[in-house]
Amino acid sequence: MKEDNRMELRFPSRSANEGFARGAVACFAAQLDPTLAELGDIKTAVSEAVTNCIVHAYPDVIGEVILRARILGGDTLELTVRDRGVGIGDVAKAREPMFTTGGEERSGMGFTIMESFMDSLRVRSRVGRGTVVVMRRKIARKTAGK
Amino acid sequence: MTITSKADGRKLRIFLSGELDHHAAREAVTYIEDKLETQLPRDCVLDMTGLSFMDSSGIAVVLKTYRRMKELDGRFWVENVPPQPMRVLDASGIGRLVGISVKS
Repeated sequence: MKEDNRMELRFPSRSANEGFARGAVACFAAQLDPTLAELGDIKTAVSEAVTNCIVHAYPDVIGEVILRARILGGDTLELTVRDRGVGIGDVAKAREPMFTTGGEERSGMGFTIMESFMDSLRVRSRVGRGTVVVMRRKIARKTAGK
Repeated sequence: MTITSKADGRKLRIFLSGELDHHAAREAVTYIEDKLETQLPRDCVLDMTGLSFMDSSGIAVVLKTYRRMKELDGRFWVENVPPQPMRVLDASGIGRLVGISVKS
């Protein structure tokens, strides 16, 4: 798919940056003229992916989170969230609903939400090397006069 | 995120407003736990009317409050949920445990 536009952010894995990350992506995605509901879904997916980096990838240290957003083929938003943290031993297990290693503070619903709020979700991870999450969402064109 | 509450007899209403994410969740949990410990309500309502954003961290907050109210032998439900937080609650299936009503 042809890349129309892109942006990239790098920030430390501090929880204060969760709001910044989803806000920045929402601003970038605005050029696709999404509905409020679509924007809500995208912000939620970003929040889940970035929170995973903060809670799981860098449990005891502050590391770098790299967030890339691209607009592809005129109507699709692609988000890539990358870390160089501890990695996930069993990605299939991590993607199961209600599975978490984060204790009572976490719900284990992060990947489930990313998967159901976006059109596609790909997770690649290597223990000790880090994790890459790639998500895509096609934005429906609003019909004029609607 | 801003969190406030109002007690009416043994009914406690907790108002969440702003954005509830992982960054805000700890403060919310601490606040709610403290209120439940000190007021021992029979009914607890989580009012989301002012909540502009919520991610899965909010599910953990709802679940934790539900469990604590169950231990206290009280009732707990969620009211006035705006569309985006409702999408997240729906995805979690938590409506099977906790009564949830949307914002009208």
